[in-house]
Amino acid sequence: MKKKSLAAMLMAGAMCLSLLASCASDPGSTGSAAPSQAPSQGTQESQPAGEPSQGSEPSATGASGTFKLGGIGPLTGGAAIYGNNAMNGAQIAVDEINALGGMQFVLNPQDDEHDGEKSVNAYNTLKDWGMQALIGTVTTGPSLSVGPLAFQDRIFMLTPSASSTDTVSGKDNVYQVCFTDPNQGFRSAEYIDEHMDVSKIAIIYKNDDAYSQGIRDSFAAEAGNRGMEVVYEGTFTTDTQSDFSVQVSAAQSAGADLVYLPIYYQPASIILNQANSIGYAPTFFGVDGMDGILTMVGFDTKLAEGVMLLSPFAADAEDARTQSFVSEYQKRHGETPNQFAADGYDAVYIIYEALKAANCTPDMTAEQINDAILGVINTISVDGLTGTAMTWATDGTVNKDPRAVVIQDGVYVTP
Amino acid sequence: MGRVNRGWKGLKKSTKTDFATYLGVIAAFVLVNALRGGGMLSSSLTGQLVPICCYIVMALSLNLTVGVLGELSLGHAGFMSVGAFSGIIAAMSLQRAIPFAPVRLAVAMAVGAVFAALAGVVVGVPVLRLRGDYLAIVTLAFGQIIKDLLTCLLVGYDSDGLHMAFNLSGTLTINDLGLKEGGIAIIKGAQGATGTVTIASFAAGFVLIMIALAVILNLVHSRSGRAIMALRDNQIAAESVGINVTKYKMMAFVTSAALAGAAGALYGLNYGNLLASKFDFNTSILVLVFVVLGGLGNMWGSIIAATVLYILPELLREVRDYRMLVYAIVLILVMLATNNAAIKGFFARIFRREKGGAVQ
Repeated sequence: MKKKSLAAMLMAGAMCLSLLASCASDPGSTGSAAPSQAPSQGTQESQPAGEPSQGSEPSATGASGTFKLGGIGPLTGGAAIYGNNAMNGAQIAVDEINALGGMQFVLNPQDDEHDGEKSVNAYNTLKDWGMQALIGTVTTGPSLSVGPLAFQDRIFMLTPSASSTDTVSGKDNVYQVCFTDPNQGFRSAEYIDEHMDVSKIAIIYKNDDAYSQGIRDSFAAEAGNRGMEVVYEGTFTTDTQSDFSVQVSAAQSAGADLVYLPIYYQPASIILNQANSIGYAPTFFGVDGMDGILTMVGFDTKLAEGVMLLSPFAADAEDARTQSFVSEYQKRHGETPNQFAADGYDAVYIIYEALKAANCTPDMTAEQINDAILGVINTISVDGLTGTAMTWATDGTVNKDPRAVVIQDGVYVTP
Repeated sequence: MGRVNRGWKGLKKSTKTDFATYLGVIAAFVLVNALRGGGMLSSSLTGQLVPICCYIVMALSLNLTVGVLGELSLGHAGFMSVGAFSGIIAAMSLQRAIPFAPVRLAVAMAVGAVFAALAGVVVGVPVLRLRGDYLAIVTLAFGQIIKDLLTCLLVGYDSDGLHMAFNLSGTLTINDLGLKEGGIAIIKGAQGATGTVTIASFAAGFVLIMIALAVILNLVHSRSGRAIMALRDNQIAAESVGINVTKYKMMAFVTSAALAGAAGALYGLNYGNLLASKFDFNTSILVLVFVVLGGLGNMWGSIIAATVLYILPELLREVRDYRMLVYAIVLILVMLATNNAAIKGFFARIFRREKGGAVQ
């Protein structure tokens, strides 16, 4: 009897393991439509070059002649779509650069579950691996925990999309590809005031989220300066983001004809749904967190029709580079890339251009590379998917033109 | 009789276990420090040392509530957050008064413990009248409430001292505190504590674990501890022999909260950024998992469970996307294994055989 149950346990364990083994060996069987599964294909298909050198022997850097780029972002959990897009985009850029035959890169993306503590662990793991520059973190909260470490260890950190000013402030070697939150809020107010015909504005934002609160603050300040009328402000938190009937009907009864949503796309999708169900149809205006709503599983994209968002990247842009990036991304992952993918892609090219300008070689240490990049980063100008002729100020923030897009027939269109 | 039985063999079994626990912790500390000194420890592990210490203390303190007092608490992370934020405020505002970081850290941890103990009293008075499921639900609610309250908190420090505001309307920002030139923003509401000077150290974590162990083990073996356990085993019987229910329940609950607060302060001062949303229901459950896996009322079990289960997901980074899946499966297997009569019997037999051999 006792032996039987022991044997049963061992069997159960063996079966679990074999299940895992079959998962791992067959990346092709995962459904390509689900975004959370797509990255497993990408990393496995495109990373064989990185696998052998990874792990036990960070000293192999010089011998193999490749630059080791660490990547940190949420690859699982609620914010996974951002991390996966950014890392997939970065991987495409790495493969493109490697195909040129000059400088060689290897990217090691690590999961941080959008949590500061896990992010620090991921950072330390990458340090053990021998990372020479960091592309990350993708989200703001973790960047504030990892940033000070990168600053201390003198490892150059370029975040694709962590948009808080705190991310870069006080750290000379932390740079951003994206706009800062105040910049987003400021630019949104500017754009709405100058390009749109609206009289009353409602804001619904998440007041336990650094990103959302940061954008709201600067938007409200700039709207006040410009004399725009904000008739309603509704807040929610992580625990209350499943129902917005109160905020939506309050915005409606306040007569707002534009609802500003400086929030992520999951709650935004619920707001769109509930506004639709009570027949309230203002213009919805989002920021970069809204990006991703079109690829959300189980969301009727018709509801997003006419939604505007401030995004530096539109997948329907005409230029050849965007076109080839989008088609490559679709080929690999079966979905249209969002702005985060473009940010990740640009981040790799920015580091590439900086390394070229500074004449870096793969046998340099992370600290030497850091100092070399800092010597040139404020003078170079990089053309990327999210902006042309991007330049950087010494405080780590980027200069590029913001663009607004509107959703029409399920794609972003430049208005 | 006493004279003859002196020495290791004459000690009570529980005393032996206690000494072994202390010795184990000290040995682990010495070993890790030696490895660190020799440069043998990876940065990944080095970075995990402080959080591991924090979670060990969290598990130990929750074990006091769940294992010894026998009340299920689902809001333990709430006390951790009170300790973390009060500790950060103390450490950041005392920067000039106490330039020596270890002392400042100790003060911050003490402040964190005091504030968490206060929260423990406030929560404990009404809550400990409830039992079982009701108590679990109220502690769960406490965890949520404290998280939402901390999200509204704005704290800054300048030459005039501390400035605080409570951002209930959601429209205040850190600028509304009116900080003077040279003032620092310590807690920025939803953005959490940002720009914290990280002064937490592994040595402090070790000291905290030793203090927590000493407090809990001494409490458990004292007269009060026996009263607490009597309440756990049968409250009516305990009351009938004149044990003051409220007093002993509060004693265990507040001690547990204070230790969690100190662990929170250490945790908070280990990261440059800390969000109140970190201390959600999941964190409470995580600590509860450590306690249950380590064994209710079993302190060294909590220490080992917390350490192993914290390091495990990091080791599993190799398997990438299947990481969390493997972690879950391992959890289930360990749960099954520790509750399996066959495996327990197997270990018991080995143990007995070794013991028998030693006697012969």
